Amino acid sequence: MKPFRYERATDAEHAVATVAAHPGAAFLGAGTNLVDHLKLGITAPDLLVDVSRLPLDEVAETADGGLRVGANVRNADLAAHPAVRARYPVLSQALLSGASGQLRNLATTGGNLLQRTRCAYFQDPSTPCNKRDPGTGCAALEGWTRYHAILGASSHCVAVHPSDMAVAMAALDAVVVTLGPDGERRIPVTDFHRLPGDAPHRDTVLRHGELITAVELPGLPWATRSRYRKVRDRASYAFALVSVAVALDLEDDGRTVREARIALGGIAHKPWRAERAEQALRGLPATEENCRTAADAETADAHPLRDNAFKIPLVRNTLAAVVRDLVPETPSGSLEGAR
Amino acid sequence: METEIKLRVDGQEREVTVDTRTTVLDALRERLGITSPKKGCDHGQCGSCTVLLDGRRATTCLALAVAHDGAEIVTAEGLGTDGELHPVQQAFVDHDALQCGYCTPGQVCSAVGVLREAAQGWPSVVTEVGAEGDIAPARLDHEEIAERMSGNLCRCGAYVNIVPAVAAAAEAEGAGR
Repeated sequence: MKPFRYERATDAEHAVATVAAHPGAAFLGAGTNLVDHLKLGITAPDLLVDVSRLPLDEVAETADGGLRVGANVRNADLAAHPAVRARYPVLSQALLSGASGQLRNLATTGGNLLQRTRCAYFQDPSTPCNKRDPGTGCAALEGWTRYHAILGASSHCVAVHPSDMAVAMAALDAVVVTLGPDGERRIPVTDFHRLPGDAPHRDTVLRHGELITAVELPGLPWATRSRYRKVRDRASYAFALVSVAVALDLEDDGRTVREARIALGGIAHKPWRAERAEQALRGLPATEENCRTAADAETADAHPLRDNAFKIPLVRNTLAAVVRDLVPETPSGSLEGAR
Repeated sequence: METEIKLRVDGQEREVTVDTRTTVLDALRERLGITSPKKGCDHGQCGSCTVLLDGRRATTCLALAVAHDGAEIVTAEGLGTDGELHPVQQAFVDHDALQCGYCTPGQVCSAVGVLREAAQGWPSVVTEVGAEGDIAPARLDHEEIAERMSGNLCRCGAYVNIVPAVAAAAEAEGAGR
């Protein structure tokens, strides 16, 4: 690990000014991802500005009936927060699907958004990687791609974003609030992470020195009917092969979809808001067959790699399973559909 | 770059000079001689370095010591009192919940954290979604314990006894209802 200086920030403006003025500086939150990257040699900042003690640790009500979550709210606290559990169960479940209990006690809301891909090649500095070392190539393209992208990838990078929390936030239309050298910005979480294109070293639209201060969850009364399901190679403490976040607004008949919010994880360089699937379900009964058709509409442009074509049927089945969990009172037979 | 920090470890105030790159785990093991937290993977993947950090279970291999200046740390060595094992430690002994023992201090600290979290009503991902605002203490059955303890790997595969040990400790504490 390369030596670095350490400064503990006492106010956000000063932290932003310090990092903005130093090209080799980085913010430090809990460090659960960054410290690993320092050990692995993926990044080597010469100054860490520790923002973990800034007073950004509140969950507060907003005027529109939503919640404003401070960037330093720990994943464990956000998952257990009574308002999150009651009003945004999809977010609580997504948080609890990630990492382990002892990591969730450390990891922060802002840090979770900024965690980087677990692509095995990105994490191994002995291999080429355009995300880690721009211009060196992509070892995954011809490599082991079980965990890689099927949508939105490029010839430069096929990595996926590892966050569960961000997938739920994408479904909820959350807004990332930042403080930069030029002041505050509000960025929809669906625009916050980038597709790789020819610049996969840039995970997000953040500028150097721009600090996440909060995430706002808009008021969405029907998000009480929401759920997150994560499919992985072992039952717990593993990254997603595919994950699905769904919130459903049903008509009075209890089965017809008035509005749906769907986001997918484990399949793209960013949390994938599934607008085609939402469009396909709108106005239709929430049957298994309709869910499968909706999922297929979303993955119609998928480009699976050598080892991950299974993700297309897995998205289909997982979406159907989540919706089945969310529509328990559907008259018998209506969830039976053609496979 | 050296920095002096203070930690309260297992009830004792300790001052230690660390490089900014030193993790909490290395500060404990290499600088303070407290070797119950183990360095298994050193990448946050195995849980053997788990301690109670400011009252909560936490991995120490990915936490920089300098960022935790002033912290209160309890390791497996500091859980017991007056020569008595902590109830979770005793449950591990009673249930033979270990083989080689390397992961055990982390398992024990994690289990103590699990009991605290359950007592506060924290859910896990396998907890059934309850009524709105329902934050009753979580019931720790086999499925819940396996999920909540999933951050602690045991390469000997002693899980078959670890889960009953945690269940027994939970029951003794009243969390097993």
